[in-house]
Amino acid sequence: MGLAVNLDLTVVWAFLIAFAVFAYVVLDGFDLGLGMLFAIAPEERDRDVMMNSVAPVWDGNETWLVLGGGGLFAAFPLAYALVMPALYAPIIAMLLALIFRGVAFEFRWRTVRWRGVWDLAFIAGSSMASFAQGVALGALLQGIEVDMATRSYAGGWFDWLTPFSVVTGVAVMAGYCLLGATWLVMKTEGDLQDRMRRIAWLAGLATLAFIGLVSAWTPFLQDGYYNRWFTGWGIGLAVLVAGAVLLVAWRMFHSLNVHRHEYRPFLQAIALFALCFVGLGICMWPYVVPVEVTIWDAAAPEKSQMFMLVGALVLVPLILAYTAYAYWTFRGKIDPEAGYH
Amino acid sequence: MFEHADAVLLARIQFAFTVSFHFLFPAFTIGLASYLAVLNGLWLAGYGSVYRVLFDYWKKIFAIAFAMGVVSGIVMSYQFGTNWSVFSDKAGPVIGAPMAYEVLSAFFLEAGFLGIMLFGRERVGNGLHMLATATVAVGTLLSAFWIISVNSWMHTPAGYTIDAVTGQFLPESFWESIFNPSFPYRLVHTVIAAYLTTAFIVGGVGAWHLLRDRSAPNEAARRMFSMAMWMAAIVAPIQIFVGDLHGLNTLEHQPAKVMAMEGHYESHPDGAPLYLFGIPNDAEQRLDYAVGIPKLSSLILRHGWNEPLAGLDTVPDDEQPPVFIVFWSFRVMVGIGMLMLTVGIWSLYARWRGTLYENRALHRFAVAMTPSGLVAVLAGWITTEVGRQPYTIYGLLRTADSAAPLDAAAVGTSLVAFVIVYFAVFGAGTFYLLRLMSHAPRPMEELEGWDEVRGPIRTAGIAPGPAQPEAGGHRRPLPSGRERE
Repeated sequence: MGLAVNLDLTVVWAFLIAFAVFAYVVLDGFDLGLGMLFAIAPEERDRDVMMNSVAPVWDGNETWLVLGGGGLFAAFPLAYALVMPALYAPIIAMLLALIFRGVAFEFRWRTVRWRGVWDLAFIAGSSMASFAQGVALGALLQGIEVDMATRSYAGGWFDWLTPFSVVTGVAVMAGYCLLGATWLVMKTEGDLQDRMRRIAWLAGLATLAFIGLVSAWTPFLQDGYYNRWFTGWGIGLAVLVAGAVLLVAWRMFHSLNVHRHEYRPFLQAIALFALCFVGLGICMWPYVVPVEVTIWDAAAPEKSQMFMLVGALVLVPLILAYTAYAYWTFRGKIDPEAGYH
Repeated sequence: MFEHADAVLLARIQFAFTVSFHFLFPAFTIGLASYLAVLNGLWLAGYGSVYRVLFDYWKKIFAIAFAMGVVSGIVMSYQFGTNWSVFSDKAGPVIGAPMAYEVLSAFFLEAGFLGIMLFGRERVGNGLHMLATATVAVGTLLSAFWIISVNSWMHTPAGYTIDAVTGQFLPESFWESIFNPSFPYRLVHTVIAAYLTTAFIVGGVGAWHLLRDRSAPNEAARRMFSMAMWMAAIVAPIQIFVGDLHGLNTLEHQPAKVMAMEGHYESHPDGAPLYLFGIPNDAEQRLDYAVGIPKLSSLILRHGWNEPLAGLDTVPDDEQPPVFIVFWSFRVMVGIGMLMLTVGIWSLYARWRGTLYENRALHRFAVAMTPSGLVAVLAGWITTEVGRQPYTIYGLLRTADSAAPLDAAAVGTSLVAFVIVYFAVFGAGTFYLLRLMSHAPRPMEELEGWDEVRGPIRTAGIAPGPAQPEAGGHRRPLPSGRERE
């Protein structure tokens, strides 16, 4: 009876998890980017302002990562069981890096002698987490070896490490720096803001270059990717996405340095990420573990997906509402005189 | 073959290590979140500035402990997949949904309102701030609800069928799998344990300051000590009662675990002794140097002196948990429970005599008991989790068959990394927590000029910051209240 329904539910869950991952990438992306930018803001006063701009919201941002992982576990348990061992090293590295990043928020206010150490932990943790996430993305995209007879990962322990995954790792670092810098353009004033404008410009260029490089490389990883982009309707789609990326990037650089907008560059950077995400989705569809396991192969039973969907339909809008309220509460420029809690 | 066994053992050690470290923080913050909501509520209701002083004092401690709980918790949500992928594939359809509900209904709630609780009082006003504080407390309890449900399902699985082809557990009834037979007992026992853990930390800190500044009429220290002692006096006996019910439930569903807890290698057809001491000897299947009270175990577990109790001789060797760990961790937990009860009763006596704030012996005892809740919580979890071995899903999926197909080298390397990072990072965090606790709450005289409702009366838009007398710690004012556009 449930085949049609099951198909639909699985697609719904694929989109829901994709949304959670996207929300994570954008939200924690600017946190992590801001963490990396600590390295080029040695003034303590600037660092205080930067950290205060995300202190009330970083925890909520990171929760999307738990939803991404937990949602994958719940809706596509087989995919979770295949991907995590395959990406063992980058995932563990990311988790450890996020520990350093997360505790630095509280610890740096609790000591003077060790403050530099926790600032360094913040920088290193943010950088490592960003890089590891990019590597994980690249490793997933290039494909994971799977033994479907035993439902287990069948590759080696360093399969994830390739030139491509290293490039995607650095690409994500650049992209997060762009998000972080444009966030700070929005949240700061004066000299710090000016510096962040310049950095946003540089990070924007780097991000654009990496988008080009990764987009040119990806079709040659798998025949499926190549055929999707370079045959039939795919060509039109590729031109459309690429054109949109260039248009958004142009608008972003324009509003950064010509109009000197404050809010728009951040929103435009998010739009750039959204386009990349759409591109990724077109590439991977309908696989959850390229190119071995489709979303339907890995889907949890209809009953599980239905039971969760009821909750998700009620709770996700609620979460978005109170998250928006939290952002609204802490809107506006950061007062350099304001302290920590 | 041996290589595989090693990898499983390393994965078990890694999970035990990361989950034990993690749970220390929620065990403290679940109770502390509720305590903060109570303190803020009492202050808003006009019971006095001392509650606001206590709120501000414990809020800083909460923020650090909560951050450590968050970052160590994210590790847990990925460990299922990285180290226990076979378990994840098989159990995911049943336990994935409640875990997703934990994220959706609890983690976002806590994280979303934590920012407002910590940073937002001046921006949203006291009413909404109170709501945010209460919401964080509710979030911690909801989180406990879901994760304890999942854990309990692994002990007493219900509401499932097993797929003949894939071996996956498929949901038959989520109602039955969520409200599985051991869930209510384990949930109540765990949440009360968290409240007691917090009570003994708060009480210990209060007692410490009472001992240190005996001359000063330290109102805040007195109040926190008194509140903690009420909790100890009222909740410790309740916890012992609930623990007993939980034990009876375990006897029904996991008798081998209770046999290990009791050290009963042999069956006792006419009344089993309660062993107070002994060295479990799994190889010889006997309890060495046993000291016990005849028939008492039968009385406790079966409510009759001569009731028969089966022993581990009725359980095949390869289905027995390691007795030594379970036997002793259980005794540590129960022993601490009895000490907590003693503190509670003693405090009632001191209160009745009017010496609650002068009784130095009681204060010293309370200081010594500060970490007792954390130790008892760990001992309790070790009892229940080791006692469930050799299964991850009791009676159905063995631990050895649950692990990810990992090389021992990969698990071993990550284990070493976790150990180093956890001790370094959480060691530093614990140091900061202890340092904050070692500072006395602000003396009440500083509160001259406080507005009973709004707190400090601000001059020039900036509130006088709570003193942070930490060596050179930033003396930073509270965020100013003016809107910034």
